Amino acid sequence: MNPQAIIDGLVAGSMIGLGAIGVTLTYSILRFANFAHGEFVTGGAYLTLVLLTALSAVLGTAPLSPFSVSLALVLAFGGALVLTGGVALTLDAILFRPLRRRGGTIIIIVIASFGASLALRSLIEFVFTATPQYFSRELQIAAPIGGGMRATPDQLLVLAITALLVAAVHLLLTRTDAGRAMRAVAENPALARISGIDVEGVVRLTFMIGGALACAAGVAAGLLVQIRPTMGFDLLLPLFAAAILGGIGSVPGAVLGGLLVGLCEALAAQTVGAEWRAAVSFAVLVAVLALRPRGLFGRR
Amino acid sequence: MDAALLAYLAFFMTMALTYAVMCLGLNVQWGLTGIFNVGVAGFVLAGAYTSAIVTTPPIDGRVGGFGLPIAAGWLAAAIVGAVLSLLVGALTIRLRADYLAISTFGFAVVIHLAALNLEGITGGPFGISFIPRPFGELAGEPLRFNLLNLAVMAGLVAVLYGLLERLARSPWGRVLRAIREDEDAARALGKSAVRFRLQAIALGGAVMGIAGAAGAHFIGFIAPANYLAILTFQVWAMLIVGGSGSNLGAILGAVLVWAIWAASGAAVEAVFPPGAQARAASLQIVLIGVSLCVILLLRPRGLLGSRRVVRRKGNL
Repeated sequence: MNPQAIIDGLVAGSMIGLGAIGVTLTYSILRFANFAHGEFVTGGAYLTLVLLTALSAVLGTAPLSPFSVSLALVLAFGGALVLTGGVALTLDAILFRPLRRRGGTIIIIVIASFGASLALRSLIEFVFTATPQYFSRELQIAAPIGGGMRATPDQLLVLAITALLVAAVHLLLTRTDAGRAMRAVAENPALARISGIDVEGVVRLTFMIGGALACAAGVAAGLLVQIRPTMGFDLLLPLFAAAILGGIGSVPGAVLGGLLVGLCEALAAQTVGAEWRAAVSFAVLVAVLALRPRGLFGRR
Repeated sequence: MDAALLAYLAFFMTMALTYAVMCLGLNVQWGLTGIFNVGVAGFVLAGAYTSAIVTTPPIDGRVGGFGLPIAAGWLAAAIVGAVLSLLVGALTIRLRADYLAISTFGFAVVIHLAALNLEGITGGPFGISFIPRPFGELAGEPLRFNLLNLAVMAGLVAVLYGLLERLARSPWGRVLRAIREDEDAARALGKSAVRFRLQAIALGGAVMGIAGAAGAHFIGFIAPANYLAILTFQVWAMLIVGGSGSNLGAILGAVLVWAIWAASGAAVEAVFPPGAQARAASLQIVLIGVSLCVILLLRPRGLLGSRRVVRRKGNL
């Protein structure tokens, strides 16, 4: 086996992990599988691209060596984090909340998210066309990092930022009042409500965090691969596989699940062939559902 | 009436009725039983390829090509559709409903990948052509050919409709509705929810397999690109518009949504210059997606939806 698969897998896995946090939080707090989450990933990447184009005109495109990232991209990323959270909030306000209020079965909300997913994806394709786009044309040289592995500075940057974001979300959930409120709603919404927790506020916070992290996953994918209208949808199955593998509701589980799915994909690309990459998440999913449906860190 | 227009109408209706068959299959799963299948395209693909492999004449470099009659292809497609959906169902039937949604979604992705990559069986990205068409010897006379094919498809829809209506009214159908409305009460009466659900999944999968086969034989050519997530989405839109739970609604929804789809496609062609058409076609999908959400918000029972006997309150 070529040890390079480890770096490739970890980098791909960190994008999956970032996206899977949003899936697992939505699933544990709102209790539905959000099929539109992949479009938050895509939307985040394209929002960053739009802001980048505007900011580059003012700040220029000089990269912050050794990365290919320019100052404009850093600022654009910051803005897009907030905007993508806003997109997720808006989708909840116009679609999911009215459906929740009506008190139908959960699965109706899942169908609605499925419809929203295709509508958003096609809207992005209409506005930006299907042609792949890039944040920068800078070339990156992969430097040896020991153990026969090579990594570009951008890849290491993505790994570092993922670690930072995951640590931040974990601290938010475990050490703040907002985080305690989120866990309380995940545990028992009715009890949380009569204890005076603002359940709708918790739902809004969940969509903000999920949207922002999805944006981070999209920007990482845009930086290292390319930006396409289907990038998030193609990531959806790995996201679900990672969230279920990690155990629904567990943030560290989602990240670990993401890394494992990424590693399995990289290994399969080497051994079975890259054309079967997309089947790996399904294999992981089937294995988890058959052997341990509650996942690595899931309760119940 | 103009013969060419009539031929086109027959062609249009045959296509719409192919979708109606898929809708009927989905209605057994979702409308009758409350099973959420997001992999409709995958089961239809499986049926189409099975029938194509069974009925096409042998070709060098490709496994299959048994040259059997079309009816054998339909039967094989039904069996493969049932078995595959049973396998996917058995994996998640004891878990929460959206786990089934996720695994059917994954199934559709994987089977699409298999159709693309297993070139020795499926012909890869180029698919399989020369699939025998009913009344294929009349292909030179579009009007007669299309009318006869419409008759075949209408017959198929009528037979399935009659069968499914009888089933829905039978004791078996009543148990399914009971499970959908109140699983605990049904179990208290000694009905195994798991077993009935699996039967419904398999029956729905078989009907979707037949739909795939019927469509493949009508067009005479299949490729993986015809079975993307958009197909699943269209079938869902059809069932939701028509009203889930009603077989007549499923057929009506299929014809209506297919008419809207074809008309908006023609509008895109007429309004946008040829260079911009591929781009504008994505607006069509936006339109369907938004209308699906609007119907869910405003008229969740669709045009002819079945009334729930028991109102159930959701949590949160």
